[in-house]
Amino acid sequence: MIELDEVGRTFTVSRRTGVLRRERRVVHAVRDLSFTVAAGEFVGYLGPNGAGKSTTIKMLTGILTPSVGRVRVAGLDPSRRRTALARRIGVVFGQRTTLWWDLPLKDSFQLIRHLYKVDREAFHRRLDELCEVLELGAFLATPVRQLSLGQRMRGDIAAALLHDPAVLVLDEPTIGLDVVSKAAVRGFLRGLNAERGTTVLLTTHDLGDIERLCRRVMLIDHGTLAFDGTVEDLMATAPGETSIEEVVTRLYTRAAPS
Amino acid sequence: MPRIVRLYGLLAWVWVRAAAQYPVSAALLMIGSVVTTGLDVAAIFIIFRHTGSLGGFTLPEVMFLYGTAGLSFGIADLLFGNVERLGRHVRAGSLDAMLIRPASPFVQIAVERFSFQRIGRTAQAAIVLWIGLAGVSVPWQRAWMIPVMVACGVVIFAAVWTFAGAVQFLLTDAPEVANAFTYGGGQLTQYPLSVYGADLVRAVTFIVPLAFVNWQPGLFVLGRPDPIGLPHWLRFLGPVVALALAALAALAWRAGLRRYRSTGS
Repeated sequence: MIELDEVGRTFTVSRRTGVLRRERRVVHAVRDLSFTVAAGEFVGYLGPNGAGKSTTIKMLTGILTPSVGRVRVAGLDPSRRRTALARRIGVVFGQRTTLWWDLPLKDSFQLIRHLYKVDREAFHRRLDELCEVLELGAFLATPVRQLSLGQRMRGDIAAALLHDPAVLVLDEPTIGLDVVSKAAVRGFLRGLNAERGTTVLLTTHDLGDIERLCRRVMLIDHGTLAFDGTVEDLMATAPGETSIEEVVTRLYTRAAPS
Repeated sequence: MPRIVRLYGLLAWVWVRAAAQYPVSAALLMIGSVVTTGLDVAAIFIIFRHTGSLGGFTLPEVMFLYGTAGLSFGIADLLFGNVERLGRHVRAGSLDAMLIRPASPFVQIAVERFSFQRIGRTAQAAIVLWIGLAGVSVPWQRAWMIPVMVACGVVIFAAVWTFAGAVQFLLTDAPEVANAFTYGGGQLTQYPLSVYGADLVRAVTFIVPLAFVNWQPGLFVLGRPDPIGLPHWLRFLGPVVALALAALAALAWRAGLRRYRSTGS
């Protein structure tokens, strides 16, 4: 469902060193990244800040064009077939909403219905389902800017699923949520993956997400894949450690590959 | 093309309904727009209290030129004025949200917060044009140019806005520079170009082709010789210039989008 083949992305960063002089530096946000995610998998994507997680997500969704390598999501090249791909994937950014700040949630959903050309009947059926599972009913008429973070996140997740995508990509979906909201989001994602068979890829800093949701973990560091396997495999990399936090800390602080 | 128009219409309708929830704000926007554009017309009347002609043109002729430019600018602003706010979307990260939708980010940005309150300027320009036309005699052999020039003007202004947006994929702080061409262009074309120096007229004919919004075709409608003696056939070049400029703007937009770097999160 998701295929990356030796993908790299560089950014040119220019720094001012004098009044007119600038120093240009090429930064490799992601390099030689290859992995495959099969249909129906639930994969956690871990990595310290600045490791290249968001850059990867943006290349998968067609927001960024890779500098080198080949990306395929649902059989499409994201940066060239961005619009076609958008109909088959759902994307949630935990850090910012994809909804319209000033519109009530239900108007945002209407806009999305038009953007994705979901037919009215299917849309209402899906919306009713999502409202029930995500408990959106109480704040459907509230403008997005007045929603609490937990409400907004549930709204964002519903928005990403109205067109019933085969793949769901989430960038830190549980960031800033309280334990109750976190549990609600996790429960929903687990059900979505188990019942609908939706492929889920999520990035997170919350290892509870990984333990409770993901059968497979990928860990990216300095732009390359440092680990790929099950949660048990991950624990086995550091025999003697019992908590996943310790194991991941050890992997993060390991000397960078040169 | 028809798909894009349909999408624009659908999205615009959602925004109009959303704006209807704030009727006071809507009314104030409308009043503000009528007052500010009304001051423009007052300025023209004040000028003509002191002089019988402006750059060699009579009051109704100046109103005709003002009205056609205002109409083109107003319609382009109503439909595409938002595109120059691209830099803000890039900085806020909201462009990412548009890029994950199965629709052109250009349409999504252009239609954002669409509201008919912004029509104030267009309505005012239409009234000025109507009054101006009543005072000049235009035979049918030349009047056909009026809708053509307004349409070309809309395309030219929309293209300039698109350029202004495209630049901001790379330089997110460019709107001030871009505004010199968009709003500056809107202001510039309100008066007969003959009030400016000949070099400026050549610049807006051959470099930033704003002269094709209303000046060159306007000379044809009014049956006037070119005050700085540019060739007569330039008057009919509006549609060619508009299409060429639109094509270039579309290319620039695409190039900008491919170079988009997003923000760091």
